[in-house]
Amino acid sequence: MQKVNRLQPFFENLVFEREDNHMIVNFGPQHPSSHGQLRLILELDGELVTKATPDVGYLHRGMEKMAENMIYNEFLPTTDRMDYIASTSNNYGFALAVEKLIDLDVPRRAKVIRMLLLELSRITSHLFWIAAHALDVGAMTVFLYAFREREYAMDLFEDYCGARLTHSAVRIGGVPLDLPKGWTNSLMKFINELPAAIETYEGLLDQNRIWKMRLEDVGVISPEMAQSWGCSGPMLRGSGIAWDIRKEEPYELYDEIEFDVPVSDRCDSYGRYKLHMQEMRESLKILKQLVPMYGETSPELMANAPKYISAPKEQVMTQNYSLMQHFVLVTQGMRPPVGEVYVATESPKGELGFYINSQGDPYPYRLKLRAPSFWHTSILQEVLPGQYLADVVTIIGNANIVFGEIDR
Amino acid sequence: MRAYKDKKNVQAKAYYNDRFFVSPQIPKDEVAKDEVFAKDVEELKSAFSIGETYIQREQLVIYIDAKDIVKVMTFLRDKLSYNFLSELSAIDWLAKSGEFEIFYQMLSTSKRKRMRVKFFIKEKEEIQSVTGVYKSADWAEREMYDMFGVKITGHHYMKRILMPDDWHDHPLRKTYPLHGDEEAQWYEIDKIFGREYRDIIGPEERDPAKIVEKDTHNFARIKHEVPFGAEYSEEPTDNDYQEEGGIPIVRKLSKKDVKILKERP
Repeated sequence: MQKVNRLQPFFENLVFEREDNHMIVNFGPQHPSSHGQLRLILELDGELVTKATPDVGYLHRGMEKMAENMIYNEFLPTTDRMDYIASTSNNYGFALAVEKLIDLDVPRRAKVIRMLLLELSRITSHLFWIAAHALDVGAMTVFLYAFREREYAMDLFEDYCGARLTHSAVRIGGVPLDLPKGWTNSLMKFINELPAAIETYEGLLDQNRIWKMRLEDVGVISPEMAQSWGCSGPMLRGSGIAWDIRKEEPYELYDEIEFDVPVSDRCDSYGRYKLHMQEMRESLKILKQLVPMYGETSPELMANAPKYISAPKEQVMTQNYSLMQHFVLVTQGMRPPVGEVYVATESPKGELGFYINSQGDPYPYRLKLRAPSFWHTSILQEVLPGQYLADVVTIIGNANIVFGEIDR
Repeated sequence: MRAYKDKKNVQAKAYYNDRFFVSPQIPKDEVAKDEVFAKDVEELKSAFSIGETYIQREQLVIYIDAKDIVKVMTFLRDKLSYNFLSELSAIDWLAKSGEFEIFYQMLSTSKRKRMRVKFFIKEKEEIQSVTGVYKSADWAEREMYDMFGVKITGHHYMKRILMPDDWHDHPLRKTYPLHGDEEAQWYEIDKIFGREYRDIIGPEERDPAKIVEKDTHNFARIKHEVPFGAEYSEEPTDNDYQEEGGIPIVRKLSKKDVKILKERP
């Protein structure tokens, strides 16, 4: 007997059943607004989401497995491919974890350069976020403006390390290169120009009726929820919890720098948007303070630890013993002490943690990557139910998820 | 006869080991060194049976009984204000002792402290889910099951997360090779074409360093590929520059007409 008002097409192994207003929609994995390969199985009642099941793993490359089969220095460029929007933050997180493992102190100039790169990558990440998020919600202009500024930031990266996206500009034990001549001048130019650009974005969006309608009270994450789901970064601070690892557990020179941690207790997407804008301004503040600090440092760039780090190039080329050590470190890799560390840094997306278990071999015995986006995607299953289908795109875009680090 | 290779741990190993080299240990400090941790451990010890405790690189590590995990987690959250479960996963010690070591990385934002709760389980032993205490354990436990095959009870949706549902074996075990096992190289062939196409297509090449007979080094030379090591062929192909052939839009670039910018506008 034929049923009335019933559609049954098949897709993969999922049945789309429609009975009156109930429907299961397969969102992604190939969807321009899913920010990568996110598949969402949405159960709808009319346009209201009743259940959401995120499905990830389409970009899984087995980075943790690769780490177990690589020496520490070899793995560093792989971390670029986690959060590829701000790859320096991943390089740095890994380098810091290994430095903590071998108990190494980095020269001051390297610290300053690292922080310059970290904050610059935070700005590029946030610019990308506002661009993509605004585009998802329907504001094409902001996308074009934000990408223009991001291009200048990328130029700075290109001038420093030659790469625009996957920098690998941080090494275990320091940085490989000094800043090129005139780099700080172009940075200052960028710092002076960006605030006006941020104001432009805010001018376009802050009071924009469509933007406000689509973001206000959408994707509400209560403080309890944020804690229970392990949110971090802007997702946590957007729920009124002031926790920034740069401030609370300062690494590098963040304790010498003055900056504020913006917090919003609106708990919704609009609050998190304001937060991102404010964070860019804070990053600029940090960058501004770092430029004079750079001039005051002595020119060492890599730590002096012959057991773990190769000597400077001049020394390798002239001193026999340094050459031997360099050879051993390149062919066999460093052998850190036996033990384990967990090191968390504040990446643009949130808490980026590296857990390393070393058994004294050149290969880590176990390396666990704690990528913030992974946890911010899992919260979707609680945030999405009760929202409308159109808001799903807002919430995904607002969570600032990058699939390189979710699937790893 | 082929040389015997240990199948219990097939991960990369150091090519050369100094006979007399002894790896140093990261010091394990006494818990009494840190006031906050000392108090936490004291409270935990009064409620549960706690094994080894120490501080390593400013973080507390405690070993507990696998059976107590949910109670310990509830205690940590409610009594000791460890409000975040930042990470949880397993370490494979199957080759050494037939055990998994499970760790839970905790964070207390009010105390500004991080600690690690750990315990050992046997290979087939089940552990209780802590999703009731910290919801963030939801996906982390799924990932742990996916990667190690650790069985978890009380989880609402225990399913693989990163690998396909019908994947064979658990990839982060030390017995699992980096390039995948025998099943892995047939997985996509079976899935896309069907098992009967195995003979026609052959296994998937999962070694990225493998050199195939076509020279892929000069990949920009499309249609000029030759067998590996052979000379390039300079025979013109239909991909060559075609202005003479009459494509109206494409023009040859002359240096005179080009304006080079000193910097970005």
